[in-house]
Amino acid sequence: MTTPPIRLRVAEAQLLDSTRRHFFGQCALGLGAMALNSLLAADGLAAPAPQRGKVAIDPAQPLAPRPAHFEPKAKSVIFLFMAGGPSQLDLFEDKPKLRELHGQSPPASLLAGRRFAFLKGNETLLGSQRKFERVGTCGMEISELMPHHKRIVDEVCWLRGMTTDVFNHGPAKLFMNTGFNAPGRPALGAWATYGLGSESRDLPGFVVLQSGPRGPRAGASLWASGFLPTSFQGVPFRSKGDPILHLRSPEGVTRQAERDFYDTVGALNETRLEEVGDPEIMTRINAYEMAYRMQTSAPDLMDLSQESQETLDRYGAKSGQPSYAANCLLARRLVERGVRFVQLYHTDWDHHGDQANNLSEALEARCREVDQASAALVLDLKERGLLNDTLVVWGGEFGRTPMGEVRATIGRDHHIDAFTMWLAGGGTKPGCILGQTDELGFGIVDGKVHVHDLHATILHQLGFDHKRLTYRFQGRDFRLTDVHGNVVQEILS
Amino acid sequence: MANRRLVFCGAVLSILAVRQSSALAEEKLPERISFNEHIRPILSNNCYYCHGPDPKHREADLRLDEREGAMLSAIVPGKPDESELLRRVTSDDEHELMPPPASKRERLSERDTAILRRWIEQGAEYEGHWAFLSLRQQTLPAVTNESLATSAIDRFIQARLEAEQISPSDPADRSTLVRRVSLDLTGLVPSPAEVNAFLEDGSPDAYERLVDRLLASPHFGERWGRHWLDQARYADSNGYTIDSERAMWPYRDWVIQSLNEDLPFDQFTIDQLAGDLLPEPTKKQLVATAFHRNTLINEEGGTDKEQFRHEAVVDRVNTTSAVWLGLTVACAQCHTHKFDPISHREYYELFAFFNSAADVNNRGEAIAVSRGEMFGHPVMAKPSGPDPEDAARRQAAWEARELARLDGMAASKVAWSPLEYLEFETKGGASFQRLDDNSLLQDGRAAPKDRYRIVARSKLEDIQAVRLRVLTHDSLPKQGPGTAGNGNFVLTDFNFITAGQKRPFQSAFADHEQPDFPIRGAIDEDAKTGWAINVGPNSKGKMNTNHEAVFILEKPLFVPADQTVEFTLSHELNDNYLVGRFAIDVAETAPAEPLPYETQVVEALTTPRDKRTKEQARLVAVAFAKAEVQRQSRKQESTTSDTAQLMIMKELDKPRETYVALRGDFLRPDKEVGPLSPGGLHVIQPALPAEPGRTRLDLARWLVSPENPLTPRVTTNRIWMRYFGKGLVETEEDFGTQGTPPSHPELLDWLAAEFIRRGWSQKDLHRRIVTSAAYRRSSHARSDLMEKDPRNLLLARQERLRIEAEVVRDAALAASGLLDRTLGGPSVRPPQPEGVYAFTQNSKRWVAETGSQRYRRGMYTAFFRSAPYPLFTTFDAPDFQTVCTRRLRSNTPLQALTVANDVAFVEIAQGLAARVLSELPESNVADRLHRAFQLALARPPSDRELSVLQGFHERQAAELKAEPERAALLMPHSHQRLDASAAEAGAMVLACRAILNTDSFITRE
Repeated sequence: MTTPPIRLRVAEAQLLDSTRRHFFGQCALGLGAMALNSLLAADGLAAPAPQRGKVAIDPAQPLAPRPAHFEPKAKSVIFLFMAGGPSQLDLFEDKPKLRELHGQSPPASLLAGRRFAFLKGNETLLGSQRKFERVGTCGMEISELMPHHKRIVDEVCWLRGMTTDVFNHGPAKLFMNTGFNAPGRPALGAWATYGLGSESRDLPGFVVLQSGPRGPRAGASLWASGFLPTSFQGVPFRSKGDPILHLRSPEGVTRQAERDFYDTVGALNETRLEEVGDPEIMTRINAYEMAYRMQTSAPDLMDLSQESQETLDRYGAKSGQPSYAANCLLARRLVERGVRFVQLYHTDWDHHGDQANNLSEALEARCREVDQASAALVLDLKERGLLNDTLVVWGGEFGRTPMGEVRATIGRDHHIDAFTMWLAGGGTKPGCILGQTDELGFGIVDGKVHVHDLHATILHQLGFDHKRLTYRFQGRDFRLTDVHGNVVQEILS
Repeated sequence: MANRRLVFCGAVLSILAVRQSSALAEEKLPERISFNEHIRPILSNNCYYCHGPDPKHREADLRLDEREGAMLSAIVPGKPDESELLRRVTSDDEHELMPPPASKRERLSERDTAILRRWIEQGAEYEGHWAFLSLRQQTLPAVTNESLATSAIDRFIQARLEAEQISPSDPADRSTLVRRVSLDLTGLVPSPAEVNAFLEDGSPDAYERLVDRLLASPHFGERWGRHWLDQARYADSNGYTIDSERAMWPYRDWVIQSLNEDLPFDQFTIDQLAGDLLPEPTKKQLVATAFHRNTLINEEGGTDKEQFRHEAVVDRVNTTSAVWLGLTVACAQCHTHKFDPISHREYYELFAFFNSAADVNNRGEAIAVSRGEMFGHPVMAKPSGPDPEDAARRQAAWEARELARLDGMAASKVAWSPLEYLEFETKGGASFQRLDDNSLLQDGRAAPKDRYRIVARSKLEDIQAVRLRVLTHDSLPKQGPGTAGNGNFVLTDFNFITAGQKRPFQSAFADHEQPDFPIRGAIDEDAKTGWAINVGPNSKGKMNTNHEAVFILEKPLFVPADQTVEFTLSHELNDNYLVGRFAIDVAETAPAEPLPYETQVVEALTTPRDKRTKEQARLVAVAFAKAEVQRQSRKQESTTSDTAQLMIMKELDKPRETYVALRGDFLRPDKEVGPLSPGGLHVIQPALPAEPGRTRLDLARWLVSPENPLTPRVTTNRIWMRYFGKGLVETEEDFGTQGTPPSHPELLDWLAAEFIRRGWSQKDLHRRIVTSAAYRRSSHARSDLMEKDPRNLLLARQERLRIEAEVVRDAALAASGLLDRTLGGPSVRPPQPEGVYAFTQNSKRWVAETGSQRYRRGMYTAFFRSAPYPLFTTFDAPDFQTVCTRRLRSNTPLQALTVANDVAFVEIAQGLAARVLSELPESNVADRLHRAFQLALARPPSDRELSVLQGFHERQAAELKAEPERAALLMPHSHQRLDASAAEAGAMVLACRAILNTDSFITRE
């Protein structure tokens, strides 16, 4: 079975809102809802109402779509997070000079003021063993490890001047996801759904998918809603078993019995609503209805056997087998269904040079796992007309050093001063290369993009002025970019 | 029903009307302009950013937050037309206009400028910010309707209501009230007997006695302790990414006990902030200081300890300020606060109080506390000689266990399969000789700290265990098996890799270990620990002989036939302490860990008791005694044991120097300013003078000195908030100039002053609030109030409040009768869905409890910051990374799925069904449904509610009758001794599930 263009279907469904509860349907969609919102917005979710950020949330439908500050270029975001920090110097940054000076000590001037996690100071420069090729009209350098990326060089926008503030995995991942290096702040995806709501009626607005041998460091804090209401927190879909926690009805409860159960709970809640008049009960009724729908929509989403063999092959995915490739395909299916923010984590890019984490087999294996599917996702979105309003982001929490780190083999340490990420779609310039690093790859010469800038740009594409998307908490208007961030205009089409 | 719809929607329409009419009300200006009420919000929101306390951002050298500065050039008192301020905010010239258009701030409204004008006309008097001013003595206001204002609290509220011509709602009905006050004071739903006792008690003080009983309940301390623990950011793990378990529960127990004892709030404060600095502190006072040891510890490799020590101090400053002062000082961490007059420097003077704690991103100072100790009845290891009878019984049990293990080992003989070595090399360039017995002998050319790498093919496709045999050889010193002069080696790490991924081991054991060099050291990824084989004074084994170690994989592994396996042996500790000769085998099953006994002990054990020789009996007794000792020491280490090593505060002998950190960056101390002494905030009168030698104790005493107005205001406001859904000051976390002013300023000051006058008794405050008429009112919505006071700020009615995450669980457990009411102790692990840790760095040990521990209150559930128990996150519990003074109340589909389908709640529904079936064996379905409803909601169902439930039950029972296998799934075996038919029992489970899923159940009405 193939699915019709779901975005259309969803929009239609929202118009027709065929809720079985006509009584509340009237109030929920009509004047009543408006008034109740103002009543509740003041009281429930965001008391007191934020003064400047002002996102008007309908507490009965916190995920209902909302207008942004201006017309968004991107309706959805897919963030492909390469946890551990991929080596830009072996994938995207060809440095002949580094090869030439291989084995020599780096110039002290380049090291001054830099902080590293594990380097002790006696390490020497490490030229990449990998062959690079200039490809595409844009002439981007791609290493032999990423053959499929060569097919998308002119579709994506390259950021070679990325920089971040923190060099340990946990804090750096938090920084890339929440703009702050300690847990407790809302994730990018939470901000996006807080600002825009979601187009999906049947699925959460912010979904997290994960592949690789273990979870990313910092865990749930990476997709937390922080001080924002929990409606906006990322919902991790599990690759095995039920995709959402507690999705499955208890043993012995059939679908039909479940419908009766939800009707019964709904009837009891309606009775109480009439008695006490608390609009929060209406929200609860809506939440139960969505829960019921999710029981079928989530497994349906996960069922990759609905995809053609050709599509599966293109991504390198197999139905029923969890993998990064399968997650890329799921990301497309989520976006098709109107989900606002999809985040993939693929772990184990931390190639220090341990036996298992080296720049040879291990890096090759990681590249094999993500190269084909990442490229396939971009091309597939493009062919389906979804790339225009879907922003794809690829990258890790930091890059890796030009010096070799001596462990079991030679690897590279964490490098925060210059690394590479790429964006595709969502109003970014295809085939654009921004940023240049020095000839050894230590620092950025031109086109610097700080994590806060990236965040400001992503919010901009979603239709927000990052300075005005705020939430008032403990006496302060908080924003994703804190007091920083500039939209990177050069990469916008 | 049609009628009701009209009323409902009609009410809604009228709100819209009111919103519009409020624009008209704006035209009327207040007669007397108050700086705090009218002027400060205008100046603070529009001017202070550039003309406020922050000198770095101050424009034109103009300061409007102080009268002195404003009078210099901007304001001429009494003469609005000569005042530059008024001219600039009304100017039509965009270069003159303030705030400047470039700031994106909107032009002041006409009303605002009119207010400014009148204020200047009236003399432009400034007032200090209300929250920083001393508590004002309050006289009780006069009210017209005395009968509605019998308590002091009610006089304040009634006076406001009368002024606005609003009549308060009627009192809630008694069943609602008993459920409300039980949930609020204990977090539990009342039993039907408790409800009935209250309903049938006709005496005038029935309610007051109910309140006294609840305040005296030990569960009061749990309920209010949980609120406090939110502020203390209490959790059971270290945080950040490794997030390993820690034992903070004695502190949690101290909080519960202190609240139950009604420890005065000033002492409660001092003990927690500075108990360690009191002269001769009691143990409880030391335990209390764990308050500030709830900060995170980053255990990640490569971490800068100083950085995370700094983070912890920052958190202590911010937490102290948020909890006691209701102030956000975090802004001043990086720059001078733009709106509140807290300077960058003052922030670091506060910081200095906490900067000399001894802990450095580590455990630091700790004390042993045993279970129950905080409640005055410690569970301790038996002090003098254990009861002989008890010992005999335990020995018998131990023997039976050990024999079973012996049997098990015999039964699970493991078939080891040798590997086919394909590549073998070392990093240092040595090679190996493959001997006929399929072992590898190193050729002697290895580097002093070499790493071996072996690639091999396995005949087995399923691997669960690996065996490393180290073997003697004539070519090795003293025959080896190691290359050290004495034949020893230190294997620092042993790793197993397939498909480019490391496959972690869950455990390892060896037939012989050198003291301090256990085999565990070879699988902990720590190069400073490892496995060696020399002998110690008590060693049973020898060094220079064959030994073996077995490694069990965390997860059984599938290795396709075409894939190779790889092993590495690292020797990173001592030069030339390498393994000389070895062999590696694999197995499909994991062998049991061998018993640590020599042959004669095993023989003695296997000999029946009555046939043992004296010597054999002695051997067994000795082995048992050893096992007991080991068990005790393991218990000490384990966080779930009866004793915890609780982290507490300790001050360094020589204080650290504190500098202003530029932009909050700990790497950039502003040395020019020089080291700071602990100091205070000058805006709060009396400010704590900055004198050298001040300590946390001085800070704590200042916080609770009767002259400090913030602590009592903030504390009473927060307690009030829990009862009404919001505080009298809505921004309970921000009493600064950006926060909202109090809705009832006189009431707040009266409560705060009474709090102090009554010896800081929290229970007294609770009693006053819950016995007020305002608290006892109905929470039903009223259409007239939707017009006049849509947000219920004037408290004409109560609020319906969704109960907190833990209480959702507690209430359900209490209703079903499953609740284990034990107080305190180590945290527990109720069942949780699989896969919670799929997303975290390190899996947590989570073996679901059996027996009644499964049904402990939510607050005792082990809380891992990186992977919280899912129920809690879903219902808005914070992750306890930082202070939480107020939880959100969201309402999401994930909450619906949790109560409907979480195993824990399904068990509770089954428990509730079993309860009504067994308590009412003779009754009909309607009576049972009635009882279940009553148990959950403390009120009888209405006719309509009962008929909805009955219809559901009837339909489901009919279906289940036809499908008995489904019925059996719904009501598990343990409950099937009930007389009801399986279909009836199954339908009752479903009906109970429906009751627990109603909005009313998770709401305090």
